[in-house]
Amino acid sequence: MSTRTNRGIPEGLWMPCPRCKATLYKKEVQSRLGVCNECGHHFTISARERIDQLLDEDSFEEWFTHLRPCDPLGFIDKVPYAKKLEETQAKTGMSDAAVVGKGFIRGRAIVLCITDFQFMAGSMGSVVGEKLTRAIEEATRLSLPLVIVSGSGGGARMQEGILSLMQMAKVSCALARFDQAGGLYISILTHPTMGGVAASWALQGDLTLAEPGAMVGFAGARTIWNTVRLELPEGFQTSEFLLEHGFVDRIVHRKDLRTEVALLIDYCEHK
Amino acid sequence: MAAPLPFETEIHALEDVLKRLEQGASATANMSEEIKRIRRELSGLLKKTYSSLTPWQTVLVSRHPERPQTMDYVSMIFEEFVELRGDRAFGDDQAIRCGFARLGNSKVLLVGHQKGHTLKERQACYYGCAHPEGYRKALNKMKLAAKFHLPIICLIDTPGAFPGIGAEERGQAQLIATSILEMSRLPTPIVCVVIGEGGSGGALGIGVGDRIAVLEHAYYSVISPEGCAGILWKVANEETKPRAAEALRLTSKHLASLGVIDDVLHEPLGGAHREPREMGTTLKSYLLRSIRELKTKKLDRLLDERYNKFRKMGVFLEPREASGGKSS
Ligand SMILES: [Zn+2]
Repeated sequence: MSTRTNRGIPEGLWMPCPRCKATLYKKEVQSRLGVCNECGHHFTISARERIDQLLDEDSFEEWFTHLRPCDPLGFIDKVPYAKKLEETQAKTGMSDAAVVGKGFIRGRAIVLCITDFQFMAGSMGSVVGEKLTRAIEEATRLSLPLVIVSGSGGGARMQEGILSLMQMAKVSCALARFDQAGGLYISILTHPTMGGVAASWALQGDLTLAEPGAMVGFAGARTIWNTVRLELPEGFQTSEFLLEHGFVDRIVHRKDLRTEVALLIDYCEHK
Repeated sequence: MAAPLPFETEIHALEDVLKRLEQGASATANMSEEIKRIRRELSGLLKKTYSSLTPWQTVLVSRHPERPQTMDYVSMIFEEFVELRGDRAFGDDQAIRCGFARLGNSKVLLVGHQKGHTLKERQACYYGCAHPEGYRKALNKMKLAAKFHLPIICLIDTPGAFPGIGAEERGQAQLIATSILEMSRLPTPIVCVVIGEGGSGGALGIGVGDRIAVLEHAYYSVISPEGCAGILWKVANEETKPRAAEALRLTSKHLASLGVIDDVLHEPLGGAHREPREMGTTLKSYLLRSIRELKTKKLDRLLDERYNKFRKMGVFLEPREASGGKSS
Protein backbone atom coordinates (compact mmCIF):
# COMPACT_ATOMS: atom_id res chain seq x y z
CA MET A 1 0.00 0.00 0.00
CA SER A 2 2.58 2.45 -1.11
CA THR A 3 1.90 6.10 -1.67
CA ARG A 4 4.14 6.64 -4.64
CA THR A 5 2.84 9.20 -7.08
CA ASN A 6 0.82 8.19 -10.07
CA ARG A 7 3.02 8.42 -13.13
CA GLY A 8 0.19 8.25 -15.61
CA ILE A 9 -0.18 10.71 -18.44
CA PRO A 10 -2.21 13.75 -17.27
CA GLU A 11 -4.90 15.58 -19.22
CA GLY A 12 -4.14 18.55 -21.47
CA LEU A 13 -1.82 19.22 -24.41
CA TRP A 14 1.41 19.60 -22.48
CA MET A 15 2.77 17.66 -19.55
CA PRO A 16 5.83 17.75 -17.36
CA CYS A 17 8.26 14.84 -17.07
CA PRO A 18 8.56 13.96 -13.37
CA ARG A 19 12.15 12.88 -13.87
CA CYS A 20 13.89 15.48 -16.09
CA LYS A 21 11.22 18.18 -15.57
CA ALA A 22 11.06 18.87 -19.30
CA THR A 23 7.73 20.11 -20.66
CA LEU A 24 6.58 17.52 -23.14
CA TYR A 25 4.05 17.61 -25.94
CA LYS A 26 1.61 14.93 -24.92
CA LYS A 27 0.91 13.59 -28.42
CA GLU A 28 4.61 13.11 -28.96
CA VAL A 29 4.99 11.17 -25.70
CA GLN A 30 2.08 8.97 -26.72
CA SER A 31 3.61 8.34 -30.11
CA ARG A 32 6.75 7.26 -28.28
CA LEU A 33 4.82 4.59 -26.32
CA GLY A 34 4.54 6.78 -23.21
CA VAL A 35 8.27 7.38 -22.88
CA CYS A 36 9.86 10.82 -22.29
CA ASN A 37 11.81 11.82 -25.40
CA GLU A 38 14.29 13.78 -23.28
CA CYS A 39 15.30 11.31 -20.56
CA GLY A 40 13.63 7.99 -21.37
CA HIS A 41 11.33 8.07 -18.34
CA HIS A 42 8.63 5.42 -18.73
CA PHE A 43 5.18 6.75 -17.88
CA THR A 44 2.53 4.37 -16.61
CA ILE A 45 0.28 3.28 -19.47
CA SER A 46 -3.14 1.68 -19.49
CA ALA A 47 -3.79 -1.99 -20.18
CA ARG A 48 -5.31 -1.03 -23.55
CA GLU A 49 -2.22 0.92 -24.59
CA ARG A 50 -0.05 -1.99 -23.45
CA ILE A 51 -2.04 -4.43 -25.56
CA ASP A 52 -1.69 -2.16 -28.60
CA GLN A 53 2.05 -1.84 -28.07
CA LEU A 54 2.80 -5.44 -27.33
CA LEU A 55 0.51 -7.52 -29.51
CA ASP A 56 -0.07 -7.86 -33.23
CA GLU A 57 -2.75 -5.50 -34.41
CA ASP A 58 -6.30 -6.49 -33.41
CA SER A 59 -5.13 -9.91 -32.27
CA PHE A 60 -6.31 -9.66 -28.68
CA GLU A 61 -9.28 -11.72 -27.59
CA GLU A 62 -10.29 -10.69 -24.09
CA TRP A 63 -11.51 -13.34 -21.65
CA PHE A 64 -13.71 -13.40 -18.55
CA THR A 65 -14.93 -9.83 -18.94
CA HIS A 66 -18.13 -10.68 -17.08
CA LEU A 67 -16.43 -11.08 -13.68
CA ARG A 68 -17.35 -8.23 -11.33
CA PRO A 69 -15.95 -7.19 -7.96
CA CYS A 70 -18.17 -6.82 -4.90
CA ASP A 71 -17.72 -5.73 -1.30
CA PRO A 72 -17.53 -8.96 0.71
CA LEU A 73 -16.27 -7.27 3.89
CA GLY A 74 -18.69 -4.34 3.85
CA PHE A 75 -15.52 -2.32 4.13
CA ILE A 76 -15.77 0.85 6.17
CA ASP A 77 -13.92 3.74 4.54
CA LYS A 78 -14.51 7.44 3.91
CA VAL A 79 -16.05 6.29 0.64
CA PRO A 80 -17.59 2.79 0.99
CA TYR A 81 -15.71 0.25 -1.13
CA ALA A 82 -18.81 -0.56 -3.18
CA LYS A 83 -19.15 3.10 -4.12
CA LYS A 84 -15.46 3.47 -4.83
CA LEU A 85 -15.69 0.51 -7.22
CA GLU A 86 -18.61 2.10 -9.05
CA GLU A 87 -16.79 5.41 -9.37
CA THR A 88 -13.60 3.77 -10.59
CA GLN A 89 -15.51 1.64 -13.06
CA ALA A 90 -17.25 4.72 -14.44
CA LYS A 91 -13.98 6.65 -14.68
CA THR A 92 -11.90 3.90 -16.29
CA GLY A 93 -14.50 1.92 -18.20
CA MET A 94 -12.99 -1.21 -16.65
CA SER A 95 -14.72 -3.66 -14.32
CA ASP A 96 -11.56 -4.25 -12.27
CA ALA A 97 -7.78 -3.89 -12.53
CA ALA A 98 -6.92 -6.98 -14.59
CA VAL A 99 -7.27 -7.53 -18.32
CA VAL A 100 -6.58 -11.08 -19.54
CA GLY A 101 -6.89 -12.93 -22.79
CA LYS A 102 -5.19 -14.44 -25.78
CA GLY A 103 -3.25 -12.64 -28.47
CA PHE A 104 -0.37 -12.86 -30.87
CA ILE A 105 3.07 -11.38 -30.56
CA ARG A 106 4.86 -11.33 -33.90
CA GLY A 107 2.70 -14.26 -34.90
CA ARG A 108 3.26 -16.27 -31.72
CA ALA A 109 0.13 -17.10 -29.74
CA ILE A 110 0.35 -16.17 -26.04
CA VAL A 111 -1.88 -15.74 -23.02
CA LEU A 112 -1.49 -12.19 -21.76
CA CYS A 113 -2.47 -10.77 -18.36
CA ILE A 114 -2.10 -7.11 -17.40
CA THR A 115 -2.83 -5.25 -14.20
CA ASP A 116 -3.77 -1.65 -14.89
CA PHE A 117 -2.52 0.97 -12.44
CA GLN A 118 -5.47 3.26 -13.22
CA PHE A 119 -7.87 0.93 -11.47
CA MET A 120 -7.23 1.32 -7.73
CA ALA A 121 -3.48 1.33 -8.31
CA GLY A 122 -3.63 -2.07 -10.00
CA SER A 123 -4.24 -3.76 -6.66
CA MET A 124 -5.24 -7.42 -6.43
CA GLY A 125 -8.75 -8.08 -5.28
CA SER A 126 -10.70 -11.28 -5.82
CA VAL A 127 -11.48 -10.45 -9.46
CA VAL A 128 -7.83 -9.81 -10.31
CA GLY A 129 -6.85 -13.10 -8.66
CA GLU A 130 -9.66 -15.02 -10.34
CA LYS A 131 -9.01 -13.61 -13.82
CA LEU A 132 -5.30 -14.35 -13.60
CA THR A 133 -5.94 -17.85 -12.27
CA ARG A 134 -8.41 -18.66 -15.04
CA ALA A 135 -6.06 -17.26 -17.66
CA ILE A 136 -3.16 -19.35 -16.30
CA GLU A 137 -5.35 -22.45 -16.28
CA GLU A 138 -6.26 -21.75 -19.91
CA ALA A 139 -2.60 -21.26 -20.81
CA THR A 140 -1.93 -24.65 -19.21
CA ARG A 141 -4.77 -26.29 -21.10
CA LEU A 142 -3.82 -24.72 -24.44
CA SER A 143 -0.03 -25.14 -23.88
CA LEU A 144 0.60 -21.47 -24.63
CA PRO A 145 3.35 -19.23 -23.29
CA LEU A 146 2.16 -16.86 -20.57
CA VAL A 147 3.09 -13.18 -20.25
CA ILE A 148 2.00 -11.18 -17.20
CA VAL A 149 2.62 -7.44 -17.15
CA SER A 150 2.46 -6.33 -13.52
CA GLY A 151 1.92 -2.79 -12.32
CA SER A 152 0.49 -2.43 -8.85
CA GLY A 153 1.02 0.24 -6.23
CA GLY A 154 0.59 -1.65 -3.01
CA GLY A 155 -0.06 -5.13 -4.23
CA ALA A 156 -2.92 -6.04 -1.96
CA ARG A 157 -6.36 -4.47 -2.09
CA MET A 158 -6.92 -3.57 1.54
CA GLN A 159 -10.68 -3.25 1.06
CA GLU A 160 -10.93 -6.99 0.40
CA GLY A 161 -8.86 -7.85 3.47
CA ILE A 162 -7.71 -11.44 3.83
CA LEU A 163 -9.41 -12.40 0.55
CA SER A 164 -6.95 -10.14 -1.22
CA LEU A 165 -3.97 -11.78 0.52
CA MET A 166 -5.23 -15.22 -0.52
CA GLN A 167 -5.22 -14.22 -4.19
CA MET A 168 -1.43 -14.40 -3.92
CA ALA A 169 -1.73 -18.05 -2.96
CA LYS A 170 -4.42 -18.83 -5.52
CA VAL A 171 -2.49 -17.42 -8.47
CA SER A 172 0.74 -19.05 -7.24
CA CYS A 173 -0.97 -22.45 -7.10
CA ALA A 174 -2.05 -22.04 -10.74
CA LEU A 175 1.45 -20.93 -11.77
CA ALA A 176 2.99 -23.96 -10.07
CA ARG A 177 0.75 -26.24 -12.14
CA PHE A 178 1.51 -24.29 -15.30
CA ASP A 179 5.21 -24.73 -14.57
CA GLN A 180 4.74 -28.43 -13.85
CA ALA A 181 3.07 -28.77 -17.25
CA GLY A 182 6.13 -27.27 -18.92
CA GLY A 183 4.70 -23.81 -19.62
CA LEU A 184 6.88 -20.75 -20.21
CA TYR A 185 6.04 -17.76 -18.03
CA ILE A 186 7.58 -14.37 -18.81
CA SER A 187 6.96 -11.79 -16.09
CA ILE A 188 7.25 -8.11 -17.01
CA LEU A 189 7.66 -5.69 -14.12
CA THR A 190 6.45 -2.14 -14.69
CA HIS A 191 6.19 0.86 -12.42
CA PRO A 192 5.23 0.19 -9.69
CA THR A 193 5.19 -3.49 -8.66
CA MET A 194 5.10 -3.65 -4.89
CA GLY A 195 3.90 -5.66 -1.90
CA GLY A 196 1.81 -8.75 -2.43
CA VAL A 197 1.97 -8.64 -6.22
CA ALA A 198 5.78 -8.53 -6.08
CA ALA A 199 5.74 -11.25 -3.41
CA SER A 200 3.77 -13.59 -5.65
CA TRP A 201 3.19 -13.85 -9.40
CA ALA A 202 5.37 -10.91 -10.45
CA LEU A 203 8.49 -12.69 -9.19
CA GLN A 204 7.53 -16.25 -10.10
CA GLY A 205 8.43 -16.06 -13.75
CA ASP A 206 10.79 -18.36 -15.63
CA LEU A 207 12.09 -15.09 -17.02
CA THR A 208 11.81 -11.74 -15.29
CA LEU A 209 11.99 -8.58 -17.39
CA ALA A 210 11.62 -5.03 -16.10
CA GLU A 211 11.03 -1.67 -17.72
CA PRO A 212 13.73 0.90 -16.85
CA GLY A 213 13.25 2.85 -13.65
CA ALA A 214 10.26 0.89 -12.35
CA MET A 215 9.78 0.71 -8.58
CA VAL A 216 9.77 -2.93 -7.52
CA GLY A 217 9.91 -4.21 -3.97
CA PHE A 218 8.19 -5.69 -0.98
CA ALA A 219 7.80 -2.93 1.61
CA GLY A 220 7.01 0.68 0.77
CA ALA A 221 9.75 3.26 1.25
CA ARG A 222 7.82 5.00 4.02
CA THR A 223 7.29 1.77 5.95
CA ILE A 224 10.98 0.99 5.70
CA TRP A 225 11.95 4.47 6.80
CA ASN A 226 9.58 4.27 9.77
CA THR A 227 11.14 0.97 10.80
CA VAL A 228 14.87 1.50 10.30
CA ARG A 229 15.13 5.33 10.24
CA LEU A 230 17.95 5.18 7.73
CA GLU A 231 18.35 7.16 4.53
CA LEU A 232 17.42 4.86 1.65
CA PRO A 233 20.20 4.35 -0.88
CA GLU A 234 20.05 6.11 -4.26
CA GLY A 235 18.02 4.11 -6.75
CA PHE A 236 16.65 1.83 -4.00
CA GLN A 237 13.95 -0.60 -5.24
CA THR A 238 14.30 0.35 -8.90
CA SER A 239 14.56 -2.11 -11.79
CA GLU A 240 18.29 -1.34 -11.92
CA PHE A 241 18.62 -2.11 -8.18
CA LEU A 242 16.89 -5.45 -8.69
CA LEU A 243 19.08 -6.26 -11.68
CA GLU A 244 22.20 -5.47 -9.67
CA HIS A 245 21.02 -7.75 -6.84
CA GLY A 246 20.14 -10.63 -9.14
CA PHE A 247 16.36 -10.58 -9.19
CA VAL A 248 15.77 -9.43 -12.76
CA ASP A 249 17.07 -11.06 -15.97
CA ARG A 250 16.89 -8.11 -18.32
CA ILE A 251 15.88 -4.47 -18.28
CA VAL A 252 14.04 -3.80 -21.50
CA HIS A 253 13.04 -0.46 -22.98
CA ARG A 254 9.36 -0.34 -23.81
CA LYS A 255 10.04 -0.02 -27.52
CA ASP A 256 11.98 -3.31 -27.47
CA LEU A 257 9.61 -5.38 -25.33
CA ARG A 258 7.68 -6.89 -28.22
CA THR A 259 10.81 -8.03 -29.99
CA GLU A 260 12.44 -9.33 -26.82
CA VAL A 261 9.42 -11.32 -25.69
CA ALA A 262 9.12 -12.94 -29.13
CA LEU A 263 12.84 -13.73 -29.08
CA LEU A 264 12.68 -15.33 -25.64
CA ILE A 265 9.65 -17.42 -26.57
CA ASP A 266 11.57 -18.87 -29.50
CA TYR A 267 14.33 -20.09 -27.18
CA CYS A 268 11.87 -21.88 -24.92
CA GLU A 269 9.92 -24.13 -27.26
CA HIS A 270 9.51 -27.82 -26.53
CA LYS A 271 10.80 -28.85 -29.91
CA MET B 1 4.98 -9.48 34.67
CA ALA B 2 4.09 -7.89 31.39
CA ALA B 3 2.03 -4.75 31.06
CA PRO B 4 -1.60 -5.80 31.53
CA LEU B 5 -4.00 -5.55 28.63
CA PRO B 6 -6.02 -2.33 28.95
CA PHE B 7 -9.36 -4.13 29.03
CA GLU B 8 -8.21 -6.52 31.75
CA THR B 9 -7.89 -4.04 34.64
CA GLU B 10 -10.78 -5.57 36.55
CA ILE B 11 -9.58 -9.10 35.83
CA HIS B 12 -6.10 -8.30 37.10
CA ALA B 13 -7.48 -6.73 40.26
CA LEU B 14 -9.41 -9.92 41.02
CA GLU B 15 -6.44 -12.12 40.13
CA ASP B 16 -4.30 -10.13 42.59
CA VAL B 17 -6.82 -10.46 45.40
CA LEU B 18 -7.13 -14.16 44.72
CA LYS B 19 -3.38 -14.66 44.76
CA ARG B 20 -3.03 -12.86 48.08
CA LEU B 21 -5.83 -14.90 49.65
CA GLU B 22 -4.44 -18.17 48.33
CA GLN B 23 -1.01 -17.33 49.66
CA GLY B 24 -2.46 -16.42 53.08
CA ALA B 25 -0.97 -19.09 55.38
CA SER B 26 -3.95 -19.88 57.55
CA ALA B 27 -6.92 -20.16 55.32
CA THR B 28 -9.88 -20.27 57.65
CA ALA B 29 -13.16 -21.83 56.62
CA ASN B 30 -14.45 -18.34 56.02
CA MET B 31 -11.52 -17.50 53.81
CA SER B 32 -11.88 -20.60 51.67
CA GLU B 33 -15.50 -19.63 51.07
CA GLU B 34 -14.26 -16.19 50.01
CA ILE B 35 -11.66 -17.76 47.71
CA LYS B 36 -14.31 -19.88 46.04
CA ARG B 37 -16.52 -16.87 45.56
CA ILE B 38 -13.73 -14.83 43.98
CA ARG B 39 -12.77 -17.72 41.71
CA ARG B 40 -16.34 -17.92 40.48
CA GLU B 41 -16.46 -14.19 39.96
CA LEU B 42 -13.15 -14.21 38.10
CA SER B 43 -14.11 -17.05 35.85
CA GLY B 44 -17.42 -15.34 35.07
CA LEU B 45 -15.61 -12.13 34.24
CA LEU B 46 -13.07 -13.91 32.03
CA LYS B 47 -15.85 -15.69 30.20
CA LYS B 48 -17.73 -12.47 29.67
CA THR B 49 -14.67 -10.53 28.52
CA TYR B 50 -13.17 -13.19 26.26
CA SER B 51 -16.40 -14.27 24.62
CA SER B 52 -16.95 -10.76 23.33
CA LEU B 53 -13.49 -9.40 22.51
CA THR B 54 -13.53 -6.66 19.92
CA PRO B 55 -11.28 -7.20 16.89
CA TRP B 56 -8.75 -4.73 18.29
CA GLN B 57 -8.76 -6.45 21.69
CA THR B 58 -8.16 -9.72 19.83
CA VAL B 59 -5.12 -8.18 18.16
CA LEU B 60 -3.81 -7.13 21.58
CA VAL B 61 -4.33 -10.64 22.98
CA SER B 62 -2.58 -12.17 19.95
CA ARG B 63 0.42 -9.94 20.70
CA HIS B 64 0.49 -10.59 24.44
CA PRO B 65 4.14 -10.96 25.47
CA GLU B 66 3.34 -14.06 27.50
CA ARG B 67 1.40 -15.76 24.75
CA PRO B 68 3.09 -19.07 23.90
CA GLN B 69 5.35 -18.93 20.84
CA THR B 70 6.83 -21.59 18.58
CA MET B 71 9.71 -22.44 20.92
CA ASP B 72 7.30 -22.69 23.88
CA TYR B 73 5.27 -25.26 21.98
CA VAL B 74 8.51 -27.05 21.15
CA SER B 75 9.14 -27.62 24.83
CA MET B 76 5.49 -28.24 25.70
CA ILE B 77 4.24 -30.63 23.05
CA PHE B 78 7.12 -31.97 20.97
CA GLU B 79 9.16 -34.84 22.33
CA GLU B 80 12.30 -33.88 20.44
CA PHE B 81 13.53 -30.95 18.36
CA VAL B 82 16.60 -31.10 16.15
CA GLU B 83 17.07 -27.56 14.94
CA LEU B 84 18.29 -27.05 11.37
CA ARG B 85 19.65 -23.58 10.76
CA GLY B 86 21.36 -23.25 7.40
CA ASP B 87 19.76 -21.31 4.56
CA ARG B 88 22.76 -22.18 2.33
CA ALA B 89 23.16 -18.62 1.10
CA PHE B 90 23.27 -15.77 3.59
CA GLY B 91 22.66 -16.46 7.26
CA ASP B 92 20.57 -17.89 10.06
CA ASP B 93 17.39 -15.91 10.62
CA GLN B 94 16.22 -16.25 14.23
CA ALA B 95 12.72 -15.07 13.32
CA ILE B 96 11.96 -18.42 11.67
CA ARG B 97 12.99 -21.67 13.35
CA CYS B 98 13.07 -25.02 11.61
CA GLY B 99 13.86 -28.52 12.71
CA PHE B 100 12.98 -32.17 12.80
CA ALA B 101 10.61 -32.90 15.65
CA ARG B 102 8.64 -35.72 17.18
CA LEU B 103 4.98 -35.24 17.84
CA GLY B 104 3.51 -38.28 19.53
CA ASN B 105 4.53 -41.13 17.25
CA SER B 106 4.98 -38.89 14.22
CA LYS B 107 8.25 -37.58 12.89
CA VAL B 108 7.67 -34.15 11.39
CA LEU B 109 9.40 -31.01 10.22
CA LEU B 110 8.49 -28.03 12.35
CA VAL B 111 8.72 -24.50 10.93
CA GLY B 112 7.66 -21.53 13.00
CA HIS B 113 8.05 -17.83 13.54
CA GLN B 114 9.65 -16.87 16.83
CA LYS B 115 9.25 -13.41 18.38
CA GLY B 116 11.15 -13.94 21.60
CA HIS B 117 10.12 -13.17 25.17
CA THR B 118 13.04 -11.20 26.67
CA LEU B 119 14.20 -7.95 25.11
CA LYS B 120 17.47 -9.56 24.04
CA GLU B 121 15.67 -12.47 22.43
CA ARG B 122 13.18 -10.15 20.76
CA GLN B 123 15.95 -8.09 19.22
CA ALA B 124 17.70 -11.20 17.94
CA CYS B 125 14.40 -12.34 16.39
CA TYR B 126 13.54 -8.93 14.95
CA TYR B 127 10.26 -9.27 16.90
CA GLY B 128 9.23 -12.15 14.67
CA CYS B 129 9.77 -10.29 11.39
CA ALA B 130 11.67 -12.61 9.09
CA HIS B 131 14.24 -11.67 6.45
CA PRO B 132 14.62 -13.37 3.04
CA GLU B 133 17.09 -15.85 4.52
CA GLY B 134 14.41 -17.05 6.94
CA TYR B 135 12.06 -17.93 4.09
CA ARG B 136 14.94 -19.51 2.17
CA LYS B 137 15.87 -21.64 5.17
CA ALA B 138 12.26 -22.69 5.71
CA LEU B 139 11.78 -23.68 2.06
CA ASN B 140 15.09 -25.52 1.99
CA LYS B 141 14.05 -27.62 5.01
CA MET B 142 10.52 -28.13 3.73
CA LYS B 143 11.88 -29.55 0.49
CA LEU B 144 14.06 -31.88 2.54
CA ALA B 145 11.00 -32.98 4.53
CA ALA B 146 9.06 -33.61 1.31
CA LYS B 147 11.91 -35.75 -0.01
CA PHE B 148 11.53 -38.07 2.96
CA HIS B 149 7.74 -37.76 3.26
CA LEU B 150 7.83 -36.06 6.63
CA PRO B 151 4.68 -34.04 7.33
CA ILE B 152 5.31 -30.34 7.78
CA ILE B 153 3.89 -28.19 10.58
CA CYS B 154 4.05 -24.40 10.20
CA LEU B 155 3.32 -22.22 13.21
CA ILE B 156 2.64 -18.67 12.06
CA ASP B 157 3.24 -15.74 14.39
CA THR B 158 4.56 -12.59 12.77
CA PRO B 159 3.59 -8.94 12.50
CA GLY B 160 4.90 -9.16 8.91
CA ALA B 161 8.08 -9.78 6.96
CA PHE B 162 10.83 -7.34 7.93
CA PRO B 163 10.71 -4.02 6.07
CA GLY B 164 14.37 -3.03 5.76
CA ILE B 165 17.09 -2.10 3.34
CA GLY B 166 18.96 -5.40 3.63
CA ALA B 167 15.72 -7.34 3.34
CA GLU B 168 14.94 -5.62 0.03
CA GLU B 169 18.50 -6.02 -1.26
CA ARG B 170 18.35 -9.73 -0.55
CA GLY B 171 14.94 -10.20 -2.20
CA GLN B 172 12.21 -10.22 0.42
CA ALA B 173 9.49 -10.29 -2.24
CA GLN B 174 11.35 -12.90 -4.31
CA LEU B 175 11.82 -15.33 -1.42
CA ILE B 176 8.21 -15.07 -0.25
CA ALA B 177 7.00 -15.51 -3.84
CA THR B 178 9.15 -18.61 -4.29
CA SER B 179 8.09 -20.08 -0.97
CA ILE B 180 4.36 -19.64 -1.68
CA LEU B 181 4.66 -21.26 -5.09
CA GLU B 182 6.77 -24.19 -3.92
CA MET B 183 4.61 -24.90 -0.85
CA SER B 184 1.61 -25.27 -3.13
CA ARG B 185 3.18 -28.38 -4.65
CA LEU B 186 5.37 -29.92 -1.94
CA PRO B 187 4.51 -33.62 -2.02
CA THR B 188 3.90 -34.11 1.71
CA PRO B 189 1.12 -33.10 4.13
CA ILE B 190 1.36 -29.51 5.43
CA VAL B 191 -0.55 -28.18 8.43
CA CYS B 192 -0.42 -24.44 9.10
CA VAL B 193 -1.63 -22.87 12.33
CA VAL B 194 -1.71 -19.14 13.06
CA ILE B 195 -0.81 -19.15 16.76
CA GLY B 196 -0.61 -15.37 17.24
CA GLU B 197 -0.22 -12.77 14.56
CA GLY B 198 -0.84 -13.62 10.93
CA GLY B 199 0.75 -10.56 9.38
CA SER B 200 0.25 -10.41 5.63
CA GLY B 201 2.82 -11.79 3.15
CA GLY B 202 5.20 -12.62 5.99
CA ALA B 203 2.60 -15.05 7.31
CA LEU B 204 1.57 -16.46 3.93
CA GLY B 205 5.26 -17.10 3.16
CA ILE B 206 4.97 -20.21 5.36
CA GLY B 207 1.20 -20.44 5.14
CA VAL B 208 0.26 -22.59 2.16
CA GLY B 209 -0.88 -26.06 3.20
CA ASP B 210 -3.53 -28.75 3.41
CA ARG B 211 -5.03 -27.52 6.67
CA ILE B 212 -5.10 -23.89 7.75
CA ALA B 213 -6.13 -23.29 11.34
CA VAL B 214 -6.21 -20.18 13.50
CA LEU B 215 -6.22 -20.08 17.30
CA GLU B 216 -9.40 -18.46 18.62
CA HIS B 217 -7.76 -15.17 19.58
CA ALA B 218 -5.14 -15.04 16.83
CA TYR B 219 -5.66 -12.88 13.76
CA TYR B 220 -4.76 -13.07 10.08
CA SER B 221 -4.77 -9.95 7.94
CA VAL B 222 -3.61 -8.43 4.68
CA ILE B 223 -2.27 -5.39 6.56
CA SER B 224 -1.78 -4.48 10.22
CA PRO B 225 -4.54 -2.40 11.83
CA GLU B 226 -1.90 0.32 12.33
CA GLY B 227 -1.00 0.33 8.64
CA CYS B 228 -4.65 0.32 7.59
CA ALA B 229 -5.50 3.16 10.00
CA GLY B 230 -2.58 5.18 8.66
CA ILE B 231 -3.90 4.84 5.11
CA LEU B 232 -7.56 5.46 5.88
CA TRP B 233 -7.32 8.15 8.55
CA LYS B 234 -3.74 9.38 8.10
CA VAL B 235 -2.95 8.55 11.71
CA ALA B 236 -2.86 5.35 13.74
CA ASN B 237 -4.11 6.16 17.22
CA GLU B 238 -6.28 4.66 19.96
CA GLU B 239 -9.37 5.73 18.05
CA THR B 240 -8.44 4.65 14.50
CA LYS B 241 -6.65 1.35 15.21
CA PRO B 242 -9.79 -0.31 16.62
CA ARG B 243 -11.80 0.95 13.65
CA ALA B 244 -9.26 -0.47 11.22
CA ALA B 245 -9.20 -3.81 13.06
CA GLU B 246 -12.98 -3.91 12.79
CA ALA B 247 -12.97 -3.07 9.06
CA LEU B 248 -10.40 -5.72 8.14
CA ARG B 249 -12.48 -8.69 9.39
CA LEU B 250 -9.36 -10.31 10.79
CA THR B 251 -10.64 -12.40 13.72
CA SER B 252 -10.95 -16.19 13.67
CA LYS B 253 -14.73 -15.94 13.40
CA HIS B 254 -14.54 -13.63 10.37
CA LEU B 255 -11.81 -15.68 8.70
CA ALA B 256 -13.94 -18.81 9.01
CA SER B 257 -16.98 -17.09 7.53
CA LEU B 258 -14.90 -15.76 4.61
CA GLY B 259 -13.84 -19.32 3.80
CA VAL B 260 -10.08 -18.83 4.06
CA ILE B 261 -9.42 -21.16 7.01
CA ASP B 262 -10.41 -24.72 7.82
CA ASP B 263 -10.50 -24.71 11.61
CA VAL B 264 -10.55 -22.47 14.68
CA LEU B 265 -8.83 -23.87 17.76
CA HIS B 266 -10.56 -22.99 21.01
CA GLU B 267 -8.38 -21.16 23.52
CA PRO B 268 -8.35 -21.70 27.29
CA LEU B 269 -10.50 -19.38 29.40
CA GLY B 270 -8.84 -15.97 29.38
CA GLY B 271 -6.59 -16.69 26.40
CA ALA B 272 -3.59 -18.92 25.61
CA HIS B 273 -1.28 -16.75 27.75
CA ARG B 274 -3.23 -17.71 30.91
CA GLU B 275 -3.04 -21.47 30.38
CA PRO B 276 -0.23 -22.23 27.90
CA ARG B 277 -0.24 -25.97 28.73
CA GLU B 278 -3.92 -26.30 28.05
CA MET B 279 -3.40 -24.47 24.74
CA GLY B 280 -0.52 -26.82 23.96
CA THR B 281 -2.72 -29.85 24.55
CA THR B 282 -5.41 -28.53 22.21
CA LEU B 283 -2.85 -27.71 19.54
CA LYS B 284 -1.15 -31.08 19.86
CA SER B 285 -4.34 -33.05 19.43
CA TYR B 286 -5.30 -30.92 16.42
CA LEU B 287 -1.91 -31.46 14.78
CA LEU B 288 -1.96 -35.21 15.45
CA ARG B 289 -5.48 -35.57 14.11
CA SER B 290 -4.75 -33.51 10.98
CA ILE B 291 -1.54 -35.36 10.18
CA ARG B 292 -3.25 -38.70 10.67
CA GLU B 293 -6.04 -37.73 8.28
CA LEU B 294 -3.72 -36.24 5.68
CA LYS B 295 -1.32 -39.18 5.74
CA THR B 296 -4.07 -41.53 4.57
CA LYS B 297 -4.56 -39.54 1.35
CA LYS B 298 -2.82 -40.48 -1.87
CA LEU B 299 -0.35 -37.76 -2.88
CA ASP B 300 -2.24 -36.83 -6.05
CA ARG B 301 -5.40 -36.36 -4.11
CA LEU B 302 -3.63 -34.41 -1.37
CA LEU B 303 -2.19 -32.00 -3.92
CA ASP B 304 -5.48 -31.70 -5.81
CA GLU B 305 -7.29 -30.85 -2.61
CA ARG B 306 -4.64 -28.31 -1.66
CA TYR B 307 -5.02 -26.72 -5.09
CA ASN B 308 -8.79 -26.63 -4.86
CA LYS B 309 -8.76 -25.16 -1.37
CA PHE B 310 -6.91 -22.04 -2.53
CA ARG B 311 -8.59 -22.09 -5.93
CA LYS B 312 -11.92 -21.39 -4.28
CA MET B 313 -10.78 -18.37 -2.27
CA GLY B 314 -12.17 -15.00 -3.22
CA VAL B 315 -15.59 -13.43 -3.52
CA PHE B 316 -16.84 -11.88 -6.76
CA LEU B 317 -19.89 -11.71 -8.99
CA GLU B 318 -20.24 -13.76 -12.11
CA PRO B 319 -23.42 -12.75 -13.87
CA ARG B 320 -24.51 -15.21 -16.51
CA GLU B 321 -23.72 -13.64 -19.85
CA ALA B 322 -23.47 -15.00 -23.32
CA SER B 323 -20.63 -12.68 -24.24
CA GLY B 324 -17.43 -12.00 -22.38
CA GLY B 325 -16.65 -15.58 -21.55
CA LYS B 326 -13.77 -17.33 -23.14
CA SER B 327 -14.66 -18.73 -26.50
CA SER B 328 -12.57 -21.79 -27.06
ZN1 LIG C 1 12.07 13.14 -18.90
